[in-house]
Amino acid sequence: MSKEIRLLSTSAILGYGFPEASLKAGLDRDPHVIGVDGGSVDPGPHYLGSGKPFCSPMAIRRDLRLMLHAAIDKKIPMVIGTCGGAGGAPHLALVVSMVREIAREDGLHFKMAAIHAEQDKAELKRRVVAGTISSLAHQPPLTDATIDRATRIVGMMGPEPFITALDAGAQVVLAGRASDPAPWAAAVTRAQLPPAPGWYAGKMLECGATPAIPKGHDSLFVTVRDDHVECEPTNPARRCTPLSIANHSLHENSSPIHHIEPGGMLDTSDCRFDAVSDRAVRISGMRWNPADQYTVKLEGVELAGYRAICVCGTRDPMLIGRLDHFLDSVRGEVSTKASAFGVDPDAYQLGIRVYGRDGVMGAREPCRDALPHELGFVIEVVAHDNQEIASAVLGMARTNMLHTDFPGRLCREGNMAFPFSPSDIEVGPVYRFSVFHVAELDDPTELFPIEYETV
Amino acid sequence: MTLIRDAARVCKSKNAGPFELTIDVVFDDAETFRRVKATGVLCPALFARLYNVPEEHVLFTPYDAAFAFKATLPRLVPSGDFGDTDVYGCQQHAPLLDVDLPI
Repeated sequence: MSKEIRLLSTSAILGYGFPEASLKAGLDRDPHVIGVDGGSVDPGPHYLGSGKPFCSPMAIRRDLRLMLHAAIDKKIPMVIGTCGGAGGAPHLALVVSMVREIAREDGLHFKMAAIHAEQDKAELKRRVVAGTISSLAHQPPLTDATIDRATRIVGMMGPEPFITALDAGAQVVLAGRASDPAPWAAAVTRAQLPPAPGWYAGKMLECGATPAIPKGHDSLFVTVRDDHVECEPTNPARRCTPLSIANHSLHENSSPIHHIEPGGMLDTSDCRFDAVSDRAVRISGMRWNPADQYTVKLEGVELAGYRAICVCGTRDPMLIGRLDHFLDSVRGEVSTKASAFGVDPDAYQLGIRVYGRDGVMGAREPCRDALPHELGFVIEVVAHDNQEIASAVLGMARTNMLHTDFPGRLCREGNMAFPFSPSDIEVGPVYRFSVFHVAELDDPTELFPIEYETV
Repeated sequence: MTLIRDAARVCKSKNAGPFELTIDVVFDDAETFRRVKATGVLCPALFARLYNVPEEHVLFTPYDAAFAFKATLPRLVPSGDFGDTDVYGCQQHAPLLDVDLPI
């Protein structure tokens, strides 16, 4: 039998959960590495900005404990990338401290590596001067001002820092922001198997059982050999089919055939998908094209202001029939009355989202003529300076949504139904993506320092 | 008249990073995919029109192995910015559902 490495991913994200039976079924097949992806940029800029985890600490702890016991019992490494959802310093620190606590409570002992991904601003500025940072997705060039304004910037590491940590004997490897497949590609590289199936395996494993049907947050078992990858969900209620695997190449990527990663590009255009059983699929024909220059993506966010929101709805057909006029009147009243208490219109943004009309698609909504019997509203104010201004302007907007008169009005006690008391919610600081660039590296590990400890 | 909602097995949208939206239409089998592809209806111009973006901003890729068509285009507003309606970008597929495929 040719050389192979067996990899077990427990779920799509650390904290999404997985059935214990799925973990056990995976362990019964003697994986060489267990792991899970820890996060994603998909939930938006809040988590990177606030430093808070995307999944709850309770949910993360549950998954971590089961995985740690599995790794120690089986004497295999456990790898987790993008810890805590966004992979910044506070996110990594949270998961590191949880691992220490669980180990202490349960009497587990191992060598742990924590790989940092949060970036030093002065170092990034030096790289801007050196001309080694460029923009992605039509973003403006990175400047010192953008770096200074950023709340937090992370670099998205490739496999090399994981390889360093595993080579150093770490059994538990926790990383900040990482390319989702990177920890798996690292394990495959260390097994002296080629990068193409390694990256492909990582693309499947980073989402747990998502490449299987029915989709769900569950475990995926992948075997990598010299020229192919085999995927099988460990839960017998799920199965991988050639089509379910092929479709996963579409997931969250701009191209289904060209997947750009640190150090190269995974080309899946000539992949073959063959069923090896009714639940397992063999994928072959993937190619890895090494890049001339090694690059890592940078992600950063900056503070956009402070938000307050209010939810309400109307069942009044006269109001619904002249909604745009009504909303214009409300905006005018808010502007006048906020100015009267000293808040200039430049100090905030007022949004009135209309659910039942274009709340989901905004300006891209093609159906513009429907007259529904009721409409839902989310009123929001983002104030640039502080929460107090956001809440004050929102209060004025809510009052005027409730009481502003309109021609033909019969509902003279109030225009809006409010589901809650209090009706207004202080959301707190709001962030926006401000850095989406790539940095050229001489050494793939140079932005990602590793701390080791014996637990 | 065959609408995408009746002919496709999957019609979905999702973020491809914070600044782009990616839309997939997947068919059941090679034969349906081939017939849909032959109509030429699914093309960059269709996505440009439905999503109100210049055609040159649409990255359109038929993916034969998955019986799928993928189009990636700029988001209206970056994920989570003021005015964004869909942080995950997963509810932007509906304009495609009623596209007629003469197959």
